[in-house]
Amino acid sequence: MTQHIVTSFTDELEHLSANLLRMGGLAEAMIRDASRAVVTRDNQLARTVVERDAEMDQLEIECERDVVRILALRQPMASDLRMVIGAIKLAGTIERIGDLAKNIAHRSLAVTEADNRVALRGVERMGQAVSRQLHTALDAYSRRDAIAAISVIEQDDDIDSHYNSMLKSMLVYMTEDPDKLDTRSNFLFIVKNLERIGDHCTNIAKAVHYIATGQQIRSSNEPLR
Amino acid sequence: MLDKTETSQPESAPSDKDTKIDCRHIDVFYGEKQAIFDISMPIRDRSVTAFIGPSGCGKSTFLRCMNRMNDTIDGARVEGEIIMDGADINDPTVDPVLLRSRVGMVFQKPNPFPKSIFDNIAYGARIHGLASSKSDLENIVETSLVRAGLWDEVKDRLASPGTGLSGGQQQRLCIARAIAVNPEVILMDEPCSALDPIATARIEELIDELREQYCLVIVTHSMQQAARVSQNTAFFHLGKLIEMGETEMMFTNPSNQRTQDYITGRFG
Ligand SMILES: Nc1ncnc2c1ncn2[C@@H]1O[C@H](COP(=O)(O)OP(=O)(O)OP(=O)(O)O)[C@@H](O)[C@H]1O
Ligand SMILES: [Mg+2]
Repeated sequence: MTQHIVTSFTDELEHLSANLLRMGGLAEAMIRDASRAVVTRDNQLARTVVERDAEMDQLEIECERDVVRILALRQPMASDLRMVIGAIKLAGTIERIGDLAKNIAHRSLAVTEADNRVALRGVERMGQAVSRQLHTALDAYSRRDAIAAISVIEQDDDIDSHYNSMLKSMLVYMTEDPDKLDTRSNFLFIVKNLERIGDHCTNIAKAVHYIATGQQIRSSNEPLR
Repeated sequence: MLDKTETSQPESAPSDKDTKIDCRHIDVFYGEKQAIFDISMPIRDRSVTAFIGPSGCGKSTFLRCMNRMNDTIDGARVEGEIIMDGADINDPTVDPVLLRSRVGMVFQKPNPFPKSIFDNIAYGARIHGLASSKSDLENIVETSLVRAGLWDEVKDRLASPGTGLSGGQQQRLCIARAIAVNPEVILMDEPCSALDPIATARIEELIDELREQYCLVIVTHSMQQAARVSQNTAFFHLGKLIEMGETEMMFTNPSNQRTQDYITGRFG
């Protein structure tokens, strides 16, 4: 995209973009490490995920402050306006993803040695799928690529069906030994959190689509051109 | 991304019953030099249309076509049709003075006559024979000043000179003068460029009220002003109409790359 005549405006928008991508990269790593912490019962790793949430909150605050300043001082229009409005949405959504990853890390502390390998592997695979989704969504953002954004939205169905089959096997796993219901129910929350992260990736993709084209996509059930 | 770089002129929206002025294939020349190239555009009634574009792109020239002010410029020649309420305003049988009472104009620099506030407003009403008595005239003066939002500030000094008012007041006086002759259309060429934010807000508020009754066209260099006051926006570049559409669309998602570059402050 061509430069603004006032180059400091271009710098400010780029700074905002870079911060969002930093938040996104942080969220991606938090998801990956949180699900690894579940699988490997690595409490130390889980704690680092929880700690990184503070950095995430800080970056979100910085993004919001940048957006307010740009709106007040630059009065952005057209694609710049969409970029700035989209940025608020993206920052909030990515911050939510960080929270969910933090919850997963918390839950991982309760996973025990006795827990089922199949369940663990399921979490690992779903965690990988979700963090890939986020990666693709962020990639679409950095290239302002509407087509890539749509493919992220379409892939959410895969994550949902992954979730549904996980849910079934988790329920079976939980109920087969009522004494362990307490710890095993943690898995339910873990996969639910991963599924929610998948939904947020869809929200990111919708925002990217809007930023790139000015067209809003309402619900994921709506046919996508 | 869509291809947003095409250079042909846009198909302007077809004119319909809401069209007050239908400009068709307008070319304007200053001597040999062509300033407007084949512009067609319907201007809606009871609505504000904003003209935006870089300096020298032809906004004022095109605006002046609508009340034949270009007739007063030596060497200026207008071609094409400008249909207002079904008749071409360039038809030789049309009296330009009468036309200008139907299509009023407000300029960038407030230009009150060197007369009293009262006479500034009364002048047009008198020459167009709109008042049959003194009280008629007083009525017109008061109504116009009230509508222009100036009455309370000047009612006690109607006899003092219009040129003694502040810039913002003078501009509202000029608007009052324009509406005193019952126009149908009001053309404004950068009416707020010499005004402070409060005076500007007053004029914008006034424009918003006037739109219930008049067809307004405003040239402005402020994107924010165009966005605030208009319902439709036309973007001009090098004498051509590049894009015209609903203001909201033009400022959130213009379809032409050059419109986009201009309103976001990028190199065109
Ligand atoms: N009286 C004139 N004689 C000769 N050329 C003129 C005259 N008035 C305008 N032009 C030329 O016509 C073109 C359009 O001018 P116009 O004043 O319509 O532009 P504009 O869009 O209103 O610019 P600005 O934003 O600076 O007011 C310019 O190239 C200008 O030099
Ligand atoms: Mg001009």
